[in-house]
Amino acid sequence: MNQTYQAKIYVTLRPSVLDPAGTAVQKGLQQLGYTTVDRIRIGKYIELSLKAEDESMASQQVHRICDQLLANPVIETYRFDLEQLPVAVLGEGQ
Amino acid sequence: MNFGVLVFPGSNCDRDVAMVTRDLLQQPTRMVWHQESDLTDLDVVIIPGGFSYGDYLRCGAIARFSPALQATLVHAQQGKMVLGICNGFQVLTEAGLLPGALVRNRDLHFICDRCYLKVERTDLAWTQAYQPQQVITLPIAHGEGCYYAEPNTLKQLEANRQILFRYCDAQGNADIAANPNGSVGNIAGICNHQGNVLGMMPHPERASDPALGYLDGLQLFQGLLDPARQVATIGS
Repeated sequence: MNQTYQAKIYVTLRPSVLDPAGTAVQKGLQQLGYTTVDRIRIGKYIELSLKAEDESMASQQVHRICDQLLANPVIETYRFDLEQLPVAVLGEGQ
Repeated sequence: MNFGVLVFPGSNCDRDVAMVTRDLLQQPTRMVWHQESDLTDLDVVIIPGGFSYGDYLRCGAIARFSPALQATLVHAQQGKMVLGICNGFQVLTEAGLLPGALVRNRDLHFICDRCYLKVERTDLAWTQAYQPQQVITLPIAHGEGCYYAEPNTLKQLEANRQILFRYCDAQGNADIAANPNGSVGNIAGICNHQGNVLGMMPHPERASDPALGYLDGLQLFQGLLDPARQVATIGS
């Protein structure tokens, strides 16, 4: 039977790509007095749930999803956490 | 010459392009809805500016999966002409038809301005109506027009002479001061290795109508109608 998994996906700019928005936020924080704040990089956070036979299949699917659409490998990298969701909770009310 | 202009939800320069090809140049032109998948009647596919699918996730990222764009990939593989303007350029990089990516402008602002461009190469149909190293003026209007590519990709672009337009000053100097958005190498427009796919951030269609006062964009479209370079373009 298929299990349901939740993926929490973090998409971030490659280190070689400039992040002017991150730089602007960093300047703002420094103006607020947080002078030790450094290296701010702004990325994207995406949550999704999916059904798969097991965790390894779920992981493969999330990798494909990220490679195909969620991240652009030219400018971005990604990582994700995968968590199995309890069946009972999802079953109720659907 | 048969022109097709792709229309995605959120495209907003599609009619401007059709105004140039259909009305000013008197060429058969049809609008291609993003759900269409048969483009076999077309010689030139133009992906216009705008905000396809709301630019959600990344500019051009979702347009890439539309049936019309899948058909455009086939069209390009056959050596036929594809032009992506502004959002269209972003779509072409997302689809992998052109290398690199377009990211947030260096100074974060949406830039709406006229800028000088140097025409780097005039032996392709796209640019054959210009003089070598000619400085032209075209409008830009974008928030994510900063061209980025890895150093190795850049080297290849230079070596293969794939850079057709660079941001420059009135004298043709392509330096940092003349770079509006932080693009590497002041790149404003590139073509693929074969030369049949062109992507550019500036808007030639907005500088083609005599009523608007400047005409430097019209030559790009006129160049396509001159058969002299058609074969050379595809074969080079």
